[in-house]
Amino acid sequence: MDHASRLERILRGIAIAAMVLFFMFPIFWILLMSFQTNETILRNPPSMAFAPTLSNYAALLTGRLDTAAGTLDIDFMQNLKNSVILSVFSVAVALLLGVPAAYAFARHKFRGSEDIAFTLLSFRFAPPLLVVLPLALYFQDIGLADTYIGLIWVYQLICLPLILWIVRGYFEDISPDVEYAYRIAGHSWFATFRRIALPLAGPGIAAAGLLAFIFAWNNFVFALVLGSADKQPVTVGALAFVTASGIQYGQIAAAVVLSIAPTLALAIYAQRYLVEGLSLGAVKG
Amino acid sequence: MAVIELSDIVKRFKDATVLDGISLSADEGETLVLFGPSGAGKTVLLRLIAGVVEPDAGNVRLGGRDMRDVPPEARNVGMAFQNFALFPHMTAYDNIASPLAARRSAAERVREGVERVARLLKIDHVLHHSPRALSNGQKQRTALARALAGSPAVLLLDDPLRNVDAKLRFEMRLELPRLLAAERATTLYVTQDYREAMALGDRIAVMLRGRIAQLGTPEEIYLAPASLEIARLFGDPTINVLDVTPERDAEGPFVRLSRLRAPIDPGLDRAVGRPCALGLRPEAIRFVEAGQRGAIPVTIEAETPLNEKTVTLATTARGREILVSRPSGTSAPTEGLAHIAVDSAHALLFDRETGLRILPEGKRADVRGAAA
Repeated sequence: MDHASRLERILRGIAIAAMVLFFMFPIFWILLMSFQTNETILRNPPSMAFAPTLSNYAALLTGRLDTAAGTLDIDFMQNLKNSVILSVFSVAVALLLGVPAAYAFARHKFRGSEDIAFTLLSFRFAPPLLVVLPLALYFQDIGLADTYIGLIWVYQLICLPLILWIVRGYFEDISPDVEYAYRIAGHSWFATFRRIALPLAGPGIAAAGLLAFIFAWNNFVFALVLGSADKQPVTVGALAFVTASGIQYGQIAAAVVLSIAPTLALAIYAQRYLVEGLSLGAVKG
Repeated sequence: MAVIELSDIVKRFKDATVLDGISLSADEGETLVLFGPSGAGKTVLLRLIAGVVEPDAGNVRLGGRDMRDVPPEARNVGMAFQNFALFPHMTAYDNIASPLAARRSAAERVREGVERVARLLKIDHVLHHSPRALSNGQKQRTALARALAGSPAVLLLDDPLRNVDAKLRFEMRLELPRLLAAERATTLYVTQDYREAMALGDRIAVMLRGRIAQLGTPEEIYLAPASLEIARLFGDPTINVLDVTPERDAEGPFVRLSRLRAPIDPGLDRAVGRPCALGLRPEAIRFVEAGQRGAIPVTIEAETPLNEKTVTLATTARGREILVSRPSGTSAPTEGLAHIAVDSAHALLFDRETGLRILPEGKRADVRGAAA
């Protein structure tokens, strides 16, 4: 395939550049905005030339927002902490429950196993608003409203089906013979699960965990309804920047940059695992 | 003492009966080859003994112990899979060490055990490689080494030479009997290659459609196959099969080959008048000079040298194709008209309807065990 003409290569380069620009420009623009004051953001026509300022970040970190109408207390750092707590624990619980379940669904075809697996997946079909109101009422009754545990529980609706279905596919791709070989060598089924199935499905588990983390991080509705200010994540917390004296674009941009940073870092870090060793080719002759 | 005892094993998958009443036993140190075409149920039978598949009916006994509800890890068997089934995330060393590690042996004992089988199989120089970095032959040896490492009482080898190249297969065919003898394990060896079966087996169980069609020593199965189907599976080039109806005259029973009278074993008298198939091994036919007694005229169509032997395809006057095999280097006509003679003492007679061999009366003693 080395016969691509010069024109072809130039066109391909332009196409790739256009794609990258299309996807990266909003992030780049947000990054620029986060270093500008509201006045420079809103000037017309917009310009790339400005005096960078760290005031937006300073406001977020100190929790004091100075606006034309006065000083406002915002608890963005608390929101960020909530996001981390909710996402990390939701994914941890979902992995703890979902990975063994996925293994069971992949390896043992029992009566109704497909139905159960599909029911779990169908949680993803339901509009969140459908379940969130009844849940809010129940949670008030049993005292789970506005608790981390309650939110993490509800977040399982997002994380568990995702992990279950992705990881199940990875387990199914492992040749059962490899597991049989380990058992015949004298290891219990649990040792086989831990030392053969888990490491071999590792990239899949990492991918599913990462996706679940992003979905949990981006969730808005559950936390809006079921949590109060001190339990809400950044997605809900960003609402605070819509103030009486206008929308604080600078702070929103800085908040967005801070809130996508963990997921972005995680994605870049996990990318290695997602690509590396996805093929189990060494098993085949 | 029988180390492996199977009685009336039945296994069904959905509606298909894969194993249909298998009874088999193997003595200590014996190598029993399970031979048959793909789909005969050989692999399922091995898995059943290993304990990763449960029988629907019947009984598996290993070393005299009933294996019902005994998990694979407690059966003391070693198994090599056709697709090797190496653990891709472990080095060859850890692969081979896994049966030893499972017993929580001391690290020193594990190392000794791994090195012993690795030396035996000549893979001691690649122990630190991952399976990915091994050649097919090395993978196959690693898989074998892993099966042997735990010194299991029962060794199950599922067509281990299937996925390796011809040269290595030949080497291993020579090497394996010595290796298996050294290990003294009772071995069940699955193969689809009749040469492998004959080279390795103390006894061969021919499996067809989930049943054992014949059980016997390699010689018995080659020289006295129980049915036409088995006769066709053993031997390369395959046995010549001619439709005949035996007749009888004053000299005894005979068949007509190209209108010539070819005497058959007097013990086959009861086959007279029945539609039969005559099986003639290609090496039981030879070229003769015209005019010799029993000479049948043929036209030579093609000749194929196969190293140690040369196979000639010839057609008779009635258009029947006959394969003739002779040692390479011996002279024979290579084209045009020729004559062949049949060594009728080696002819096998099969009932055309059932495909079963018609045994010569009074000769049963010679094929003992063949129908057992």
